[in-house]
Amino acid sequence: MYATSYHRASSVEDAVRLRGTSDESKYLSGGMTLISTMKQRLASPSDLIDLRHIPGLKGVSVEGRRVTIGAGTPHAEVATSQAIRAVCPAICNLAGHIGDPHVRHMGTIGGSIANNDPAADYPAGLLGLGATVVTDRRSIVADDFFTGLFETALEEGEIVTAVTFEAPEKAGYAKFNNPASRFAMTGVFVAKTAGGVRVAVTGAGSDGVFRHPGFEQALQSNWSPDALVSIAVDASGMMADMHADADYRANLVKVMAKRAVLAAA
Amino acid sequence: MGVEGIGARVARKEDKRFLTGKGRYTDDMVVPGMKYACFVRSPHAHAKIRSIDVSAAKAMPGVIDVLDGKQLQADGIGNLICGWMVHSKDGSPMKMGAWRPLAHETVRYVGDAIAIVVADSSGEARDAAEAVEIDYEELPAVTEALSALEGGAPQLHPEAPGNLIFDWQIGDPEATDRAIASAAHVTEIELVNNRLSPNPMEPRATLGIYDEAEDHYTCYTTSQNPHVARLVMSAFYNVAPENKLRVIAPDVGGGFGSKIYIYPEEIVCLWASRKTGVPVKWTSDRTEAFLTDAHGRDHVSKVKMAFDADNRVIALKVDTVANLGAYMSLFSSAVPTYLYATLLSGQYAIPAIHANVRTVYTNTVPVDAYRGAGRPEATYLLERTMETAARELGVSPAELRRKNFIRTFPYQTPVIMNYDAGDYEASLDAAMQAADWAGFDSRRASAAARGKKRGIGMSCYIEACGIAPSAAVGSLGAGVGLWESAEVRVNAVGTIEVLTGSHSHGQGHETTFAQLVAGRLGVPIDSINIVHGDTDKVQMGMGTYGSRSGAVGMSAVVKALDKVEAKAKKIAAHLMEADEQDIVIENGELKIAGTDKTVPWFQVALAAYTAHNLPVGMEPGLKETAFYDPSNFTFPAGCYIAEVEVDPETGKTEIVQFVAADDFGNIINPMIVEGQVHGGLAQGIGQALLENVHYDPDTGQLLTASFMDYAMPRADDLPSFTLSHQNTPCPGNPLGIKGCGEAGAIGSPPALINAITDAIGHNRLTMPATPMKVWQALQPAL
Ligand SMILES: Cc1cc2nc3c(=O)[nH]c(=O)nc-3n(C[C@H](O)[C@H](O)[C@H](O)COP(=O)(O)OP(=O)(O)OC[C@H]3O[C@@H](n4cnc5c(N)ncnc54)[C@H](O)[C@@H]3O)c2cc1C
Repeated sequence: MYATSYHRASSVEDAVRLRGTSDESKYLSGGMTLISTMKQRLASPSDLIDLRHIPGLKGVSVEGRRVTIGAGTPHAEVATSQAIRAVCPAICNLAGHIGDPHVRHMGTIGGSIANNDPAADYPAGLLGLGATVVTDRRSIVADDFFTGLFETALEEGEIVTAVTFEAPEKAGYAKFNNPASRFAMTGVFVAKTAGGVRVAVTGAGSDGVFRHPGFEQALQSNWSPDALVSIAVDASGMMADMHADADYRANLVKVMAKRAVLAAA
Repeated sequence: MGVEGIGARVARKEDKRFLTGKGRYTDDMVVPGMKYACFVRSPHAHAKIRSIDVSAAKAMPGVIDVLDGKQLQADGIGNLICGWMVHSKDGSPMKMGAWRPLAHETVRYVGDAIAIVVADSSGEARDAAEAVEIDYEELPAVTEALSALEGGAPQLHPEAPGNLIFDWQIGDPEATDRAIASAAHVTEIELVNNRLSPNPMEPRATLGIYDEAEDHYTCYTTSQNPHVARLVMSAFYNVAPENKLRVIAPDVGGGFGSKIYIYPEEIVCLWASRKTGVPVKWTSDRTEAFLTDAHGRDHVSKVKMAFDADNRVIALKVDTVANLGAYMSLFSSAVPTYLYATLLSGQYAIPAIHANVRTVYTNTVPVDAYRGAGRPEATYLLERTMETAARELGVSPAELRRKNFIRTFPYQTPVIMNYDAGDYEASLDAAMQAADWAGFDSRRASAAARGKKRGIGMSCYIEACGIAPSAAVGSLGAGVGLWESAEVRVNAVGTIEVLTGSHSHGQGHETTFAQLVAGRLGVPIDSINIVHGDTDKVQMGMGTYGSRSGAVGMSAVVKALDKVEAKAKKIAAHLMEADEQDIVIENGELKIAGTDKTVPWFQVALAAYTAHNLPVGMEPGLKETAFYDPSNFTFPAGCYIAEVEVDPETGKTEIVQFVAADDFGNIINPMIVEGQVHGGLAQGIGQALLENVHYDPDTGQLLTASFMDYAMPRADDLPSFTLSHQNTPCPGNPLGIKGCGEAGAIGSPPALINAITDAIGHNRLTMPATPMKVWQALQPAL
């Protein structure tokens, strides 16, 4: 790790101010991505602005079917939240399968979506739920938030403060682990929302998380795994690496979509 | 035997220390004035070094010095060597290219060390290492053995034209070919044994300390064999003469073979300590470990197995190409030859065997022994072939094996080994019964009803452990003898220290060696300490690898104990005015047999040291030394059965049961043996399903350089194992033990692949059988 200066922000405003003092600075949440990248010397921020001690960023609230998760909420808290489970168990199950217990107790939803790893789980959940990302300056719908591999709509210095969504009628997530990292080699989130069926796929697309309109239409008219059987998944937009080639990922997209529908029951 | 003697499930004495974080590893060592090293490593798989400019690095904060290979060579430090001479079949010696501890002319793999930076902190050392400017002329690289043998392939070493290190053979080629020509059936198969990274939990580390006042060096290092390290560094690398070099391997967190070898880092840190006048510590990070720890396996083989009309194997012909990486590591030549092809008879009476082995340089990290070392390669090859033959012949795999088992001992194979004892059928029967082999068909049917493809596969392995008779290995080219030493020191109050040349890096010697002594003397296990891992404390010894600590190391302890007991009996006889023939040792007392006259053990010890009343002419003291040189290898064997369910939609394999039936001879501590088997199985299952070192074939970059890409087995990848032990005691050593450290890793990969190929219905599958590969194997062939 290169030398860096640590700052503990006391509020969102304080964090934004600290971030502005150097253009080489970075926000720090759980550090599960950022610190390991720094240890490998692949990132070298001059300053780390620690968001973990900002009171307003943590915690879960459920009012009616409206779920709001503070950006600083660790995965373990989402996984075990009885309040969320009562209205949207799929997102608890998704969070409960991120990494390992260490990662789930340190890593946060804000850090995960700001990072937008193409194999991360939350991007599929948020896109599938049609969630809204709340920042210190605006609200961004998930369809606009995730813009590419490790790319988001966040502007320089913009802080994710919360994620909010209306619990869907039904939702399910199915993940096929990368055997080494256990990130999603393919993860599919399906949801029957007020605005229609949404299907979001992570871990597979060469541009990161994406929606599958063919699956969405099929499930809209028939909410059943069988509805997906005849729909082709185009391998041309799939990621290919030493763990999985494009054809295999295309297969997994369909298999995981079917299993996600089953999981949603 | 008693509750603490041989055969007892004594809890490991060392575990309290390890489990509470109180182990003392090399990286825990801190000495006054100590500084930190970082190695500058090649980012290229193959390149000429045009120039090295260290001036900017030297000016960086905290930097004490930056040293390179020219300086090292000028100071007379030698090249790294391979310590086992193998000759090609034309009689020419193996072609060993120069491996410089710090390269200054050519780099040959990503991670090849070029310079060392010594600085106040490891961070500053690393910063400065990035500031060393090296002008490279990149050369084309080759990473796969078969490609390296092709005409026009990049050439690694001028000493080895065509990248061929040796072209070696064993067995009788003519008799083998004749038998194949006359065969009723010949099974032919091509097999790849995948390349693995050893991944001990503790990465390598070393602390080099030069004491100018004494002109003396101390080397703390993560070694499985500190005495061998001292010998090699002294005799071949000119670091220092043995009397001026102390090597200490304290607690070591796993080795699996990778910590046998002497690597550039320990040599360079010792030398750098003298150059800079400060103690120099280096600790590998995980990516450095992937890049620079010797890898394992990496064979490609063609096999022909010939049968007569009665399904008896009449010949086996093997053609293997083994990738040895960029340089010949310490025992690299022995692994794909004398530790591999000598086991190609397996458990079977095969009258004619011929194996040809070519070893090859490539632009990858050196390959050497890794848990099993050669025997997993032999077992995978034989047991995959046997299974395939059974399918082709339409006979049950168990019956085909049974028909061909060796049944009389000793048995001389056509490939050097002479098996001393075994009962292969006992393990086969035990495993089949434990696995409910007979009930498999109904389990398969019920899996099919759930949409799963169920398969079952077996593997009957044999291995050679307890390496090894010194004269035998010497005649085959080994540069060292493979005996072991022990010293039993009885203190004046009767407590005991056992000094052994064996080295524990997870095996539990502090417990098992103490059990041996506690059982023999009837003294409490807590009164016995096992001392190992320090060349200043322990006389010359050969270390731990090849499951040799029990069969060889403990046998040396037995010999030393024999001498201690003989002297103790003399003293007791003298004290009790009895005949020494009548003295027996029981429950911590020396007793006149058949009477109630006794002297406690501690009193005999005290008498030996006060020396007030010893037999006339007896030297004071109670301390004896022994060297034990085995008369043969030992031959653990067994049968493993794997049962799997494959999800045809994803290709994911679930191991639904795994049965291991092992014959390790006598067992010192069943709990520790079970732990060794569990760990070995995990590693073998890792090889079969998950692990693979992946170099980019064009650039030679290592793509699996972290756990994000190199898949290690995790607890939930593994089933609960069903173990059993059969016992044909080893006739060759006083304890009748064979060794158990590697069996799990040797026997399991073919059992699993046999099970998966059974499930998918054909043989087109290579290790690791990842979900993608299994899914691909299930797609209709194009
Ligand atoms: C071993 C391991 C396994 C893992 N497995 C999985 C897995 O299976 N699935 C999965 O989805 N993830 C996995 N992860 C990643 C994990 O979920 C992390 O939580 C996530 O990548 C980052 O969250 P964090 O809070 O640690 O963010 P950090 O590492 O602290 O930050 C990540 C990035 O986001 C920025 N950032 C952080 N917080 C904010 C904010 N509030 N506003 C704006 N920018 C911000 C940072 O500046 C940084 O660039 C794994 C990680 C590890 C180490």
